[in-house]
Amino acid sequence: MSLLICLLAGVLFGLGMTISQMTDPKIVIAFLDIVGSWRIDLMFVMGGALLVFVPGFALLIKGRNKAVLGAKLALPSKTDIDGRLIIGASLFGLGWGIAGICPGPAFASISMANAELIYFIVPMLIGLKLPQWLVR
Amino acid sequence: MTIPTYALIGGMLLGVSALLLLLFSGKIAGISGIAGGLLRWQASDRLWRVLFLVGMIGGGWAGVKYLGGVIPSSYDITPWQLAVAGLLVGVGTAIGNGCTSGHGICGMGRFSTRSVVATVVFMAVAIITVFVRLHLLG
Repeated sequence: MSLLICLLAGVLFGLGMTISQMTDPKIVIAFLDIVGSWRIDLMFVMGGALLVFVPGFALLIKGRNKAVLGAKLALPSKTDIDGRLIIGASLFGLGWGIAGICPGPAFASISMANAELIYFIVPMLIGLKLPQWLVR
Repeated sequence: MTIPTYALIGGMLLGVSALLLLLFSGKIAGISGIAGGLLRWQASDRLWRVLFLVGMIGGGWAGVKYLGGVIPSSYDITPWQLAVAGLLVGVGTAIGNGCTSGHGICGMGRFSTRSVVATVVFMAVAIITVFVRLHLLG
C-alpha cells in the first residue's frame, strides 16, 4: 500500500512538473533573470506548493510519530547551518543558473525530451554519487 | 497582474504529492535525495524510490498528453554546458542535502531554518549566475 502511494505521489509530482511548466528551462531562467525579461511564474509554482504543504504539514503531520501506514517519518534531523549546506546550495544554484534544469524537471521530462537531456542527467547522477565515493 | 494559473495549479499538485508521500509513507519528496538514495552502495529501500521516479516519468508524460503540460523539444545550451550544469546540480544537491523540492517545498514547508537558508543561497547564486551568463558574458 505504501509503495502504491509512492507511485501515486510520483505521478502527481510529474503532472505538477509539466503542468507548472517547470520542465521548461526558459520559464525558470526568466524567473532568475531579474534584471532582464523577468517572469514571476516560478514564484507561483513554489507558492502553490507551499499553499498546500504548509497547512497540510502543520495540521496533519506535525506531532505524529509515524506515517499513516506505519513507517517512520523520515524528517531530517540536522538543524545546523554548516559549510556543507552553503557550499552544496551554491554549487546547485550555479548549475541551476546555467541550464535552468534541476532534478525534478529532469526526471519528469524523460518520456518526451530531446535526447540532449541525457547530457544533463548522466552527469547529474555522477555528481550525486561523487561525494559518496570521496567520503569512503 | 494576471496570475499564471497553470503555475499555481501545477505547484499545488507538487504540494499534494509531497504531502501524500510524507503523510502516508513517511518519505520526503526531495528529488535529489530520492535519486541519490538509489545510487547508494547498499540501499535497502530502492523499490519505493524507483516507483516514485517511474511515477514521475509517467506523470510527466500524462501531463503533456492530456493536461496541457510542457516538455521542451530542445534545450538552448550546448551539450557541454548541459553536462557541467548537470554535474554541478548533482554534486551540489548531494552535498547540500536537497534541491528545490527537498529544501524549497518540504523543508521550507516545515519552517526548517536549514532549508530556508539553503533555498535563499541557491536562489541567490542562480540569479547571479543567470545575470552573469545573460548580461555580462552575453
